[in-house]
Amino acid sequence: MSGVRGLLRGLGTTARTLTRRAHTAQYPHTEPTLPERSRGVIALLEENCTSCMLCARECPDWCITIDSHKETLPAQTEGGRERSHNVLDRFDIDFSLCMYCGICIEVCPFDALFWAPDFAYAEGDIRNLLHDKERLGTFMASVPESALPTAEEKG
Amino acid sequence: MLAELPWALEAGLKAACVLAAFLTLPLALGQLEHKLMGHMQGRLGPMEAGPHGLGQLVADGIKFAQKEDVTPAAADRPVFRLAPAVALVPYLVALSAIPVAATWVAVDVPASLLLVLAVTSVGVIGTLMAGWGSGNKYSLLGGLRAGAQLVSYELPLVLAAASVAMAAGTLSLTGIVQEWSWWWLVWQAPAAAVFLAASVAELQRTPFDAPVADSEIVFGPLTEYTGLRFAFFLLAEYAGMVLMALLFTVLFLGGWRGPWDDAGGGVVGVLWTLLKATAVAVGFLWLRVAWPRVREDQLQRFAWLVLLPLALVQLAITGAGVVVLG
Amino acid sequence: MSSRDVDVTLGAAGVGGLSTTEMVLNIGPQHPATHGVLRLRITADGERITAAEPVIGYMHRGAEKLFEVRDYRQIMVLANRHDWLSAFNNEVGVALTVEHLLEMEVPERATWARTLLCELGRVLNHLMFLGSYPHELGAITPMFYSFREREEIQAVMEEYSGGRMHFMATRVGGLLHDLPEGWLDRVDAAVSTVRSRLPDLTGLVLGNEILQGRTRGIGVLDLDTVLAYGVSGPIARASGLDVDLRRDEPYLAYGELFGEDGPGRVVTREAGDCYARLDVLVEQIQVSLDLVEACTARLRDLGPGPISSRLPKKLKVPAGEHYCASENPLGLNGYYLVSRGDTVPHRLKLRSASFNNVQVLREMLPGTVVADMVAILGSMFFVVGDIDK
Repeated sequence: MSGVRGLLRGLGTTARTLTRRAHTAQYPHTEPTLPERSRGVIALLEENCTSCMLCARECPDWCITIDSHKETLPAQTEGGRERSHNVLDRFDIDFSLCMYCGICIEVCPFDALFWAPDFAYAEGDIRNLLHDKERLGTFMASVPESALPTAEEKG
Repeated sequence: MLAELPWALEAGLKAACVLAAFLTLPLALGQLEHKLMGHMQGRLGPMEAGPHGLGQLVADGIKFAQKEDVTPAAADRPVFRLAPAVALVPYLVALSAIPVAATWVAVDVPASLLLVLAVTSVGVIGTLMAGWGSGNKYSLLGGLRAGAQLVSYELPLVLAAASVAMAAGTLSLTGIVQEWSWWWLVWQAPAAAVFLAASVAELQRTPFDAPVADSEIVFGPLTEYTGLRFAFFLLAEYAGMVLMALLFTVLFLGGWRGPWDDAGGGVVGVLWTLLKATAVAVGFLWLRVAWPRVREDQLQRFAWLVLLPLALVQLAITGAGVVVLG
Repeated sequence: MSSRDVDVTLGAAGVGGLSTTEMVLNIGPQHPATHGVLRLRITADGERITAAEPVIGYMHRGAEKLFEVRDYRQIMVLANRHDWLSAFNNEVGVALTVEHLLEMEVPERATWARTLLCELGRVLNHLMFLGSYPHELGAITPMFYSFREREEIQAVMEEYSGGRMHFMATRVGGLLHDLPEGWLDRVDAAVSTVRSRLPDLTGLVLGNEILQGRTRGIGVLDLDTVLAYGVSGPIARASGLDVDLRRDEPYLAYGELFGEDGPGRVVTREAGDCYARLDVLVEQIQVSLDLVEACTARLRDLGPGPISSRLPKKLKVPAGEHYCASENPLGLNGYYLVSRGDTVPHRLKLRSASFNNVQVLREMLPGTVVADMVAILGSMFFVVGDIDK
C-alpha cells in the first residue's frame, strides 16, 4: 500500500468518462453503418447463374447445393440451330455451414454472387438457415451499387 | 410522531414502512449502479425495460421468480435452503433501528448502535452456510474466504464505530447525531476512513470481493444458487450497502442535519439523510467500477496492519479529545 | 515492523496441528478464467496449489488434417481460425510459406499492405488481452475502454476486408482487394485516436496499485524455463528473452522497419512476472502503432500499383518442403509445409504459440494460491483454439 495515485487516477478516469457521451450504439434502434465490402450475406443474381458449379466446388466446406437441367430453345432464325442452356432448379446455401470466406463470390465468372451487408437473419431453427435461391435473390436489393456489374460489363 | 395510535397499529405501520424501504431502497441502488457503471464505462446501461431502463430490476426479479429452484444433490439441504434468509433478514432488523430523521426511527432502542453492529454480523453466517451447504469446492473456498474476511474486518469496523460512540458519549444512534457537530468531520476522519474500508469488506464489494470472485471461484458461496434464493442473496448485498451507507451517514456525516441548524424532524431531515447516504453508496459503486480486487491475504494484511492500528490510534485521539473537551 | 515481516499464509499444511486433506479442483473446461475450454486439473491444499496439469484438446478441430484436403486458398479459411485473435497474421503466415516454396515474388505494395494489416492485427490482439486480463483480476471497466479502441481499428480492418474477425484478405501472391480510396488516411486517424486515448486504459490498468500488488512478483518465469518449454512472444520477452522474428529473421517489410533508423524495436523486460508480461503488451501496442504509421507513409509513397501477382488457374506447389516462422502477436508461429506437387498440401504442420506457452503452467502454478493461479493463467495470453488447433 505504498501509494494511492494510481487508485485516484482510476477514479478520475471513470469519472471523466461519466461526463462524456457513450461510445456504444443502441443496436435495434440505430442500425450500424457497414462498409461496402461488409460480408453479411451472400446474394444471388439468378439470371446470371449458368449452374457452372464452380462456387459449389470451391467452397471449403461444401455448403452450396446446385441442381439444374438442360433446356433447349428453338432456333431463333429460320434454319438456325437449336440452343441448349442450363436452367437453375435449385441453388441453396446452408448458412449454418457457411464460413463467410467469400471464395464462391471470388470464383464466380458470371457475376451471379455478391456480398450484401445484411446480417440480421438469425433463426430459431437451424434448418431455416438453409436459404434457397428465392431467399438469396431477395438480398440483391441491398448489394452496394459499386459491387454490381456495370452496364457495359454486362454487354 | 405516532404516539397517539394504538400500540399494535403503530408497530404494524412502522414495520410496513421499514419493509417498504427495505424492498425499494436496494432496488433504487441497484438501478443507480446499472446506470452509473454504464456511463462510467462509456455505455448507457439498461435502456429497454421502461423509460431509460427503469424497470430493469423489476424485470430481473420476474425472471428470477420464474427460474427453477435447484438444490444440488450433494448439498446439505436445510442449511443450503435456509442460507439466503439468514443472509437477508439481519439487514431488515438492522434497518429498523436506523434513524432517518430526528423522530423518524422505527425502533428507538437505547443502544441502537450496538444492536445494528451485532445484527449485521449475523449476515455472514448466511454466507458461511451457503459456502458449506452447497457441497461445492468453489463455494467452500468462497465461504471460508468470507468467514476469514468478516472476522478480520469486524474488529476495525467496531472500533471505528466505538470511537464515534465515545465522542458522543452514547450508544444510541439518535443520540450520536444530536451530539454531532461539523468539526467531527476532521476529528473522526481516520475512523470514517476505517469504517468505510471495513464496510466495503463486510459487504464483499470490490476491491474486497475475493469471497465472491467470479473469475476465480465462480461467485464462491453463490455458485449453486438459482432463482429466488440467488435473488435474495443479491438483495442482501444491496440491502447491506443501503444499511452501511445509512449507518455511515448517521455516524460520521451528521445524519439528518443539514448545514443550517433548522432541519431535524421532518421530511427535510429524511432528504438530508438520503442525500448523504446516496453519496456514500455512489462511493461504494465507484470503487467497483474503477478498481480490481485484492487477494485474500493482501486484504487480511490490510485489515490487521493498516486498519486496526489506525482505528486504535483514532480511539486514543478520541479519548484524549473527550478528556480535554469534556 | 514492515508489512513484509508478517507472512499471512493461506491453507498452510497442518495449521495448528490440524491435519489437512488435498482436494482436486477442476478449473475448466467451463470456467470463466479459461477463455473457452482449457482445463486445469489442480491439486490444492486449501487455497495453496500443490500440483497443476493443463488438460488440453477440448477444442481440437483437426485443422492440420483439414488442410490436407483443401487448396491453398481454402486453407486460409481454416488458418485464420485456429488463433482467432491473430487471424490476419495467420493468413499471411500460410501465404508466405506457400510463396517461399513457389519462389514467387509478391508486389511491394502487397508486402507493405500486409505488414500494415499484420500490425493492426497485433494491436487488436493486445488490446483484447489488455481488457480481459484486468477483468480476471476483478476490474470490469478496462474491458470497455479497450473495446472502444479496438472498434477504431476494427472499423478500418472491416472497411478493407469486409470481415471483422476472419478477414480472408490474404491470397497466395498478395492480397484480395486493393486499398479503398482514402483508406490510408482513415488508418492514420484511427491510429492517432487510439494513441490519444490509450493512456486512459493503461493508467487504469498498469498504474493501479492494487493491480500492481496482484501482479508484481507473481508467476515469475525464469529464462531457463522459457527456453526449456519453447515459450515465445511477449511472455518470453517479459522474461528477458530478446528474440523477435520481425527483427531477427525478417519477413514482409520488417527488415526495413526493424533496420537502422526504422521505427521498430523489440520490447523486453527482465522481471518475468505477470506485471512485466502486461507491460510488454502495452509497449508493443505503441511500437505497432508506430509501425502502422510507417507503413501508411510508405504505401502513400508507392502510389497505385498491383496488389497481387497473377496465379495460374490451378495453383500447384512444386514438390518440396519448407518451414516458415512468423512473429504472431502471441508468439512464434511456425508453418511446416510438405508438398508433393499437388493443389493441396501433403502436410501442413502448425507450430502454434499458445500450445507451448500454456505447457509452462505446470511449472509455474505449484506453490501459488488459487487467486494467483487466475492472475498467472490470464498473463499467459493464450487462445484456446491456438492450443488445440
